[in-house]
Amino acid sequence: MDKFSTHTGIAVPLRASNVDTDQIIPAVYLKRVTRTGFEDGLFAAWRNDPEFVLNQSAYAPGSILVAGPDFGTGSSREHAVWALQNYGFKVVIGSRFGDIFRSNSGKAGLVIAVVPQDVVEKLWEIAESEPGIEFTVDLHHRTVEAADNVFSFEIDDYTRHRLLEGLDDIGLTLQHVDLIEEYESKRPSWLPRTLPAKTAG
Amino acid sequence: MGKTLSDKVWESHVVRTAPGEPDLLYIDLHLVHEVTSPQAFDGLRLADRPVRRTDLTLATEDHNTPTLNILAPIADPVSKLQVDTLRRNADEFGVRRHSLGDKDQGVVHIIGPQLGLTQPGLTVVCGDSHTSTHGAFGALAFGIGTSEVEHVLATQTLPQARPRTMAVNVNGELPEGVTAKDIVLTLIAKVGTGGGQGYVVEYRGTTIENLSMEGRMTICNMSIEWGAKAGMMAPDETTFAYLKGRPHAPEGADWDAAVAYWKTLYSDSDAVFDREVNIDAATLTPFVTWGTNPGQGVPLGGAVPAPEDFADPVDRSAAERALTYMDLRAGTPMREIRVDTVFLGSCTNGRIEDLRLAASVLQGKKIADGVRMLVVPGSARVRLQAESEGLDQVFLDFGAEWRAAGCSMCLGMNPDQLAPGERAASTSNRNFEGRQGKGGRTHLVSPPVAAATAIRGTLSSPADL
Ligand code: SF4
Repeated sequence: MDKFSTHTGIAVPLRASNVDTDQIIPAVYLKRVTRTGFEDGLFAAWRNDPEFVLNQSAYAPGSILVAGPDFGTGSSREHAVWALQNYGFKVVIGSRFGDIFRSNSGKAGLVIAVVPQDVVEKLWEIAESEPGIEFTVDLHHRTVEAADNVFSFEIDDYTRHRLLEGLDDIGLTLQHVDLIEEYESKRPSWLPRTLPAKTAG
Repeated sequence: MGKTLSDKVWESHVVRTAPGEPDLLYIDLHLVHEVTSPQAFDGLRLADRPVRRTDLTLATEDHNTPTLNILAPIADPVSKLQVDTLRRNADEFGVRRHSLGDKDQGVVHIIGPQLGLTQPGLTVVCGDSHTSTHGAFGALAFGIGTSEVEHVLATQTLPQARPRTMAVNVNGELPEGVTAKDIVLTLIAKVGTGGGQGYVVEYRGTTIENLSMEGRMTICNMSIEWGAKAGMMAPDETTFAYLKGRPHAPEGADWDAAVAYWKTLYSDSDAVFDREVNIDAATLTPFVTWGTNPGQGVPLGGAVPAPEDFADPVDRSAAERALTYMDLRAGTPMREIRVDTVFLGSCTNGRIEDLRLAASVLQGKKIADGVRMLVVPGSARVRLQAESEGLDQVFLDFGAEWRAAGCSMCLGMNPDQLAPGERAASTSNRNFEGRQGKGGRTHLVSPPVAAATAIRGTLSSPADL
């Protein structure tokens, strides 16, 4: 995973609540077996609507999404994160996020910046009053700079550390393989195993 | 202070704990399906890592698979590639798989319990948000993303921050015609789709204790629809009776050892939850959704609400949007809403008990003019069981379509989709915009409501017949 420290890019105001992962990328776009190319499915149902924010030329090259509450609820599809990243988004700012979406983002390197809803409203106003304006997200200081304002955001320490260092989770865990083995040696023998396979015939 | 059920299960799975870091949890059972796994297996291959515990891993095909002509090659080339990729990956890495045509194929959350692999006190994960279903057995079960799927395949563990705990207490006797689905739909409307965020929820109380395992799974299944990390229920005699004799249930002395342990899995009387919610079962009625998230629901006897009914501006604008998408006018009685399609199936309500309940309502009746009904068993075994009981004939005589097992119209990844503008009564779990097909409109309902709706053509309960 690439290291993330600060990012400056065009802010995209997405004024909608409860944008679930089916809206971020509908199921019919999930059939690829790679991690790339999902940008074609991003917000697919809305992309024909000329009013939709990403169809406006000032916002189209955006990389910082300012989302409404409960963004990314619903399914576990990490494709929602990949679709945002494949399109070019580096950061999503919002007040509340679906849990699995947030954790998937942390793993895949998309920064989820949590701010109170009144800050979201201010960021929306700023991004709308000057379409194409750039915000700067500083992960080290946990701040978003927009016009002349600086807002703090929340992100948990551990995720922030991993993103700043670009650490690979699996590599980190495998450093503790001795502890995993020790745990395994103590598991009761009657716990279920999928192999050898048993069926009802 | 006493411990909650989820504390007990959590603590018995901690492999490593360190200040400022999430706990590293051991995973007892990892279920895999074709949509969220290809990139994870690719990752393993790139890093030259094996699957650490193939004996704790199980794969099946469900999301993309057709429900007609299941033995013919899959017509959609992209779906076919995804299913073929799962087969190749499972075979290459030594993972057991149940493919189309196999008696144990089916929706991943139906086959785990059915095989007796889902047991109390386990940690269960799957790259699918409805993994919460398995919590009905007293397992700590939650959905994960593809990066985490890869992590579990490689290490059989997962770093997890400890969630808060919530109790949902449901007490009292359910009125006639009210099911587990109505309990959970009512709950979500009450607490909102974000109400459970950050919590592991334990459902308890006399109403829960009196539910069958099928009903309990329906409730735990929808935990994610109000944002909860997982839903759990303490195992009891109903749980043990369900498990006894299943292919992977322990036997003999192992069974006794297991049951002795399972009986310790409950929240201590002095355990404190971070939050509690109470529901009086006696006040419940059949419940249906009108909007585009599972929290936008009302009793079947109610009417479509108006945006002004919502004080919160976010809820109000969401309602406005939902009414437009659903093409509904505020004030319309729910019972007057006409549907084109009825879908009976999914990991929420595609188990044998759901089919029996629906069949008992349909028996001897004819489907309403202009309505199509799809009956999609949750697994190949559910289908076989239903056929051995003659339920397939009841559905066919009624005028419904009897299909092979899979996710089907729950998410419309296969050809079973709503056309734009079509309206469905669906026993699944999500009424999101376009969930069942682009432009399709979904009302979430219980199996008896689905059956009565197919008879009358408008949202109905068996009491309306
Ligand atoms: S039946 Fe529906 S909710 Fe369940 S696993 Fe399949 S797609 Fe997901």
